[in-house]
Amino acid sequence: MAAKSADDLPEEVQGWIEQERYTEATEFPIEQGYVLTTLSATQNGNPLYWDAKVAEELTDGPITLPSMVSVWFRPHDWSPGRTEPAVPLQLHFDLKDRLSLPEAVMSDNTIVFYEPIRPGDVLTTTQVLYSVSGLKTTKLGTGRFWDFGVRTVNQHGDLCAEERYTGFGYNRA
Amino acid sequence: MSAELLSSDVSVGADVPVLEKLVKPVTVVLGAMASRDWRPQHHDYKFATGNNGLEDIIMNTPNLASWFERYLTDWTGPKGRLGRIKFRMKDSVYPGDTMRFAGKVTNVEAAAHGMSWVDVSIELSAGDKSCVGCEARIAVPDTADANPWKLKGDDWKP
Repeated sequence: MAAKSADDLPEEVQGWIEQERYTEATEFPIEQGYVLTTLSATQNGNPLYWDAKVAEELTDGPITLPSMVSVWFRPHDWSPGRTEPAVPLQLHFDLKDRLSLPEAVMSDNTIVFYEPIRPGDVLTTTQVLYSVSGLKTTKLGTGRFWDFGVRTVNQHGDLCAEERYTGFGYNRA
Repeated sequence: MSAELLSSDVSVGADVPVLEKLVKPVTVVLGAMASRDWRPQHHDYKFATGNNGLEDIIMNTPNLASWFERYLTDWTGPKGRLGRIKFRMKDSVYPGDTMRFAGKVTNVEAAAHGMSWVDVSIELSAGDKSCVGCEARIAVPDTADANPWKLKGDDWKP
């Protein structure tokens, strides 16, 4: 359940609440290389990801680690024709910009996992803003909390994950 | 990696075995690159200390999520299927820190199709610092022949 939003928001931001924005496909089909690098980075020996027989038996073939869901929609650092760096969670950056809150931190992150993501999948993500608070003052400064989410589906339309983030955009104290 | 954990092996209040890992610069950089996180505070010492006022480069959140998953599946074995994870960042993890993952079972709940939900509260600390609080829900089988990974649609409601 989303919190009630403040009533002093700019009309443009008010119009974003509960609206789907930035529906986009991942930049490349899901692949095993990042899975193996993540396993290496976390020294994770789970045979589900290293042993094809275990993967076949348990999950009908290879899958990616559920916790990697956000990896797949993070853009390349550079790509041809791009003049500005692309950022993940564009909605978060839009809020910083439109609300004139140049600093921001993420405080809470919840991910619910559904259909496993597999090598070869093409995913689509959609960002939704749920609420923006009134002005609050914390030890960081004065600003607003916002609650937004990312919904990820695969090429079959199966829901793979729902993420919820709480961000705090602020001007330094 | 533990042998396959069954729900009958788990009770509320039980501790999940502690995991400790020394963080090196490569731990931070490899984790950031594996999670496609190119932000400079995860690989550029001068930026992290000069622009962000940090003590050093820091572990990034998406890679920490995979450390939490590894911590849980070390305990459950490969049939453990993560259903939900929630974390709150409290302090940064730097090279030279020893990450300490310590979890406690807070709920065990029978579900359908021969599996149970196990809720675990995990604290990631480094020395005196409490760095990340995490609440996770993972499905484990009730019997050796059950497999939470086979559940789909309405049968999988984490």
